[in-house]
Amino acid sequence: MSVEEKIIKSIKFGVLSPDEIRKMSVTAIVTSELYDEDGKPIQGGLMDPRLGAVTPGQICATCGNDAKNCPGHFGHIELARPVIHVGLAKHIYDALRTTCSKCHRIKLPEKELARYKKLLKRLRERWPLLAKMLILAVKKRASKVMICPHCGERQHKVIFEKPYTFYIETKPRGKEFLNPIEVRRWLEHIPDDDVELLGFDPVEARPEWGVLTVLPVPPVHVRPSIVLETGIRAEDDLTHKLADIVRTNERLKDLLDAGAPQTLIDEHWMLLQYHVATYFDNELPRIPVARHRSGRPLKGLAQRLKGKEGRFRGNLSGKRVDYSARTVISPDPYISINEVGVPVEIAKILTVRTPVLPWNIEQMRKYVLNGPNKWPGANYVITPDGRKIDLRYADRKKIAETLAPGWFVERHLRDGDIVLFNRQPSLHRMSMMGHIVRVLPGKTFRLNLLVCPPYNADFDGDEMNLHVPRTEEAQAEARELMLVQHHILSPRYGGPIIGGLQDYVSGAYLLTIKATLLTKEDVADLLAVTGYEGELPEPAIISPRKLWTGKQLVSLFLPKDFNFKGKARVSAGIFACEDEFCLNDSYIVIKKGELLMGVLDKKAIGAEQPENMMHWLIKEYGTDTARRLYDTLFRMFIRLLEKRGFTMTVEDVALPEEARMKVKEVIAEAEEQVRELIREYEEGRLEPIPGRTMEETLELRILDALSDARKKIEDIVVDYLDPFNNVFIMARTGARGNELNITQMAAILGQQSVRGERIHRGYRGRFLPHFKPGDLGAAARGFVYSSFYDGLSPVEVFFHAAGGREGLVDTAVRTSQSGYMQRRLINALQDLRVEYDGTTRLPDGTLVQIRYGEDGVDPMKSAHGKAVNIDREIERVIGWRV
Amino acid sequence: MESLTQTLIRDWSVLEGEVKPLLDEAREVLPKRIYEELVEKLKTVTERHGLSVEEARRIIRYVIDDYENSLVEPAEPVGTVAAQSIGEPGTQMTLRTFHYAGVREFNVTLGLPRFIELVDAKREPSTPIMYVYLDEEHRYDEEKAREVARRIEYTRIANVAREVDIELINFRIVVHLDPVMLEDKGVTVEQVKKILEKLKIGKVEQSPDDPYTLIIWLPMTGTISLVDMNKKRDKILNAKIKGIRKIKRVIIQAMTTPEGKTEYVLVTEGSNLKDVLAVPGVDPTRTITNNIHEIEEVLGIEAARAALIREMKNVLDEQGLDVDIRHLILVADMMTHTGRVRQIGRHGVSGEKPSVLARAAFEMTVQNLLDAAAQGEVDELLGVTESVIVGGIINLGTGMVELYMNPQQVALKRAEAGESGDGK
Repeated sequence: MSVEEKIIKSIKFGVLSPDEIRKMSVTAIVTSELYDEDGKPIQGGLMDPRLGAVTPGQICATCGNDAKNCPGHFGHIELARPVIHVGLAKHIYDALRTTCSKCHRIKLPEKELARYKKLLKRLRERWPLLAKMLILAVKKRASKVMICPHCGERQHKVIFEKPYTFYIETKPRGKEFLNPIEVRRWLEHIPDDDVELLGFDPVEARPEWGVLTVLPVPPVHVRPSIVLETGIRAEDDLTHKLADIVRTNERLKDLLDAGAPQTLIDEHWMLLQYHVATYFDNELPRIPVARHRSGRPLKGLAQRLKGKEGRFRGNLSGKRVDYSARTVISPDPYISINEVGVPVEIAKILTVRTPVLPWNIEQMRKYVLNGPNKWPGANYVITPDGRKIDLRYADRKKIAETLAPGWFVERHLRDGDIVLFNRQPSLHRMSMMGHIVRVLPGKTFRLNLLVCPPYNADFDGDEMNLHVPRTEEAQAEARELMLVQHHILSPRYGGPIIGGLQDYVSGAYLLTIKATLLTKEDVADLLAVTGYEGELPEPAIISPRKLWTGKQLVSLFLPKDFNFKGKARVSAGIFACEDEFCLNDSYIVIKKGELLMGVLDKKAIGAEQPENMMHWLIKEYGTDTARRLYDTLFRMFIRLLEKRGFTMTVEDVALPEEARMKVKEVIAEAEEQVRELIREYEEGRLEPIPGRTMEETLELRILDALSDARKKIEDIVVDYLDPFNNVFIMARTGARGNELNITQMAAILGQQSVRGERIHRGYRGRFLPHFKPGDLGAAARGFVYSSFYDGLSPVEVFFHAAGGREGLVDTAVRTSQSGYMQRRLINALQDLRVEYDGTTRLPDGTLVQIRYGEDGVDPMKSAHGKAVNIDREIERVIGWRV
Repeated sequence: MESLTQTLIRDWSVLEGEVKPLLDEAREVLPKRIYEELVEKLKTVTERHGLSVEEARRIIRYVIDDYENSLVEPAEPVGTVAAQSIGEPGTQMTLRTFHYAGVREFNVTLGLPRFIELVDAKREPSTPIMYVYLDEEHRYDEEKAREVARRIEYTRIANVAREVDIELINFRIVVHLDPVMLEDKGVTVEQVKKILEKLKIGKVEQSPDDPYTLIIWLPMTGTISLVDMNKKRDKILNAKIKGIRKIKRVIIQAMTTPEGKTEYVLVTEGSNLKDVLAVPGVDPTRTITNNIHEIEEVLGIEAARAALIREMKNVLDEQGLDVDIRHLILVADMMTHTGRVRQIGRHGVSGEKPSVLARAAFEMTVQNLLDAAAQGEVDELLGVTESVIVGGIINLGTGMVELYMNPQQVALKRAEAGESGDGK
């Protein structure tokens, strides 16, 4: 069980020297053949058994371990001629052009070099970034010198041709090829001190090691071959590439031994260089990509590391995990906001490793007896010596009997366990919160509707992930830090992010309006869903029947010393109210926990509404109280709608004839305005807006005129529609939709636009062939006169579709752009933390802020940005009497 | 019976004496601004509604407690929270590049593109704009404001000329000036004449028939091609009469000051802070631009930081997104704490991280690894990404807590001490 835990403290990077490569190699690879006729790996081939054991049961020829424990061993290829390491070619170029071709010193005077060396040493310790700048400066200056200050030799320009060819430009003869042997010799002679000034590390990475004489061959673990069902072996891309290298290398060796003509040798040398280069990186510019026999480009080493699915971002920064589940989500208003409904089927797969203890041994025995197929059961037991027993195949009765403290049971997920619940895109920390498990029948995850806003979830097929924290520490942290109730307040703006949406809002409104009077049966029904167990309040109306108001029910749940005053959202238009002298019931007054007047709507209970009733309740009474409210009060709102029914009909957006006439008048007026504007434009009488052309001016003026008309129509619609029809209730309370949406349904769709302009692209001078070319009128440029109630004409549908498409495109483009921005922001800021002294620092101690946010206040714990809202504190204390 | 602490007091000086000890505590704990606000508000409430000693005590207690509870806790990963708080609403920002910023006449980049521009620390905003405030003498008078505007606006001959004709036969170039534009830009014909003379193309002469026509006689040296003439014409058209480079257009906007007076402010298309600040009539203390780099060069890094915060806040406010200012401050501080404005990205903050693995995991993986190898860099694994890569514990939040005493090492030390003791 106990494996010695090793912690990596630091990682040093460097370049392997030829000696090191040979030292760590177990064998030289000399043949490109992989297997002999019997299908056995050939010694000295790329699949040499000494390179490590991969197939189960195989014993490694080098370390004697089996496949599970053998770490793999490197081999090497002795290159017949050196080649340039493509990745380091740029560094080699830097070394070549900054050093003298004869004495190989940096082309700067001795004095200067000494000074820089001293400076570099100092900077390295304190300002590593400046050290890098210094190196850059040295390189820049040295590369310009044309006469060596050490030996006086005239310098020739070194030309680097990507990706791996070097030339030297000698004046009379022109460009001359500098072969890797010459390059290596040159670099070898640069003294260690100079190497350091050029940014290399003389111990870990001398520049000449960038010219390869020996190539390390990675162990087979890195390039496993796949055996297909047909029994044919398919080798990894790297193996193919290495085989190419070995083949070319052997051929080159033969040619050299045979004393072949130089041109032939050079040709093979270049081929070797090509193969080695594409082995490292197969996406090099200017050279053809190496392809598989099938034509598929081979994956080089660089391709393995690069990009989103590469080793770094795909396997190291983000890892695939066990003990997780994913399925469709669906709503359940009758579970707590802290809970998540988990299907039995999933609960039987996800397990928690529980130690067997004297006080749970009986329960554990039961789980073991139930086994993997009966919930609540267990899937495995772990013996004290670390053996894992699969309960599918074991004698469960016997194991249950032998179970004793010191054993562990991998028991099924059960009610009360803590899990992490997550929905992508995980844009903020509320995208992954801790939930308490409720194992439920069915096949979907169930979640309370109130947690939809932080996850940005809906139920049109959304799927979510669930993770089981394994260790006690992780479970404790999840419970104490990640549980939903700890995330009701958002750190983004210091206000509640969890709150009512849609039906919660209309439900709250309908419950608290004056018109709602409830019989005893209703009251009992509503309170039943909340689990309320106290006394019923005195009914508001006693005769002829005992009736209660919704406000009374709400008051039952408010803390008894809570005072609050504030405008409701419905306080607008004809229902506007500024203070408690309000006849429209649109000003909320709560004194001593009693909702005296005002209706609850989005402003009071909605999500993302800072400084509202819920916000102060959460801040002043804590998250437990808040959770209780969300689990009781809010459930009542939904129950009311369930009892009452809530829907919309076409009649809700049907305008009376009178209103329709008025709308027509407004439209006619606007049309006349537009015609007049066009006339003015055509006659050149239009006064241009400074800095705009006539055309632009006309467009702007027409847009203004039409949007004015739409606003007027909106007023008419609002005037004529019954403010208590269901659609209007939704809009006014903020449950769903707004006045504009209603106008579009009832009266007129209005101007459709693409890129903020009237729609004009399509045919020359017109959008569709239904119009005259050059027609600038409202109808020809995307003004839709119909409403959804009336239905749109075909042309209008087309305009509407054009406008709608823009929205879709916009969303698609925006997500990718803002996603990248967020990735960059996170990457730049993630290491910052607040220290014990209140400063904000980077992990290396760099001071970024002397006091976090200038005042040391945590936005999440602030009152909408302020450390303390003194007005609220006063209201809190004396609000009951003023 | 009402106890003494519950009687309402309407005189603050009396009440203040009663709650003195608690107020003293508040003074000690609270920042000055909050303390003063508290006293001020207590005073007004006492006078308006009356306040009992008990109530006053409760209020003060609440304020102190709430303040103390609102402070950040050590180890809070404020960077990640800030990045998320900005990035998450980013998905809700509009992509529409252009919007009217108060002035109809101008297009200003807003929304997501502008925000990206800011965190990118782009050299030049896609729509540079300046708000030029004027000094006491000029700010309240439209005429005087126009005077300054004329000094600032970059005016070329092309802006005041109706036509510039090449008369190849007469060997001359004729400039027809537009009297309306001359008037508008405040340029006289004499001024234009002087400018033309300075160009040294030829002798300049005012036409006898029309005072608004200037004739340039070209020297009669050899043949002059039409191409040549056209070049000369362009030179004339682009000749600067006055104004400041890069300021393409100036518009005078009336604003109401907090005191209720009407103030005229110049809004310019194009930005050139350094030169505009030197123009007489400009109030250099209030004039601003949306070009962060210009501010950094002219006013310094602290000003650039303030400008960054202001610009980011503007974008978010305009989009109606509620983001706490502290998150923006942190981003701005991260961008500027080295003394120059750094981009959030591979050419700035992320690219200058000390950790090789963090850089490799972000962008340009292979390149970063190779550079690190050549330089023999060491990764100390202090940051978040590196820790995740090696499977360690990150140094934030609960991961920051360490045991000061290492039991293993203590045991080792003990053993050592015991050994050396034995030796003696």
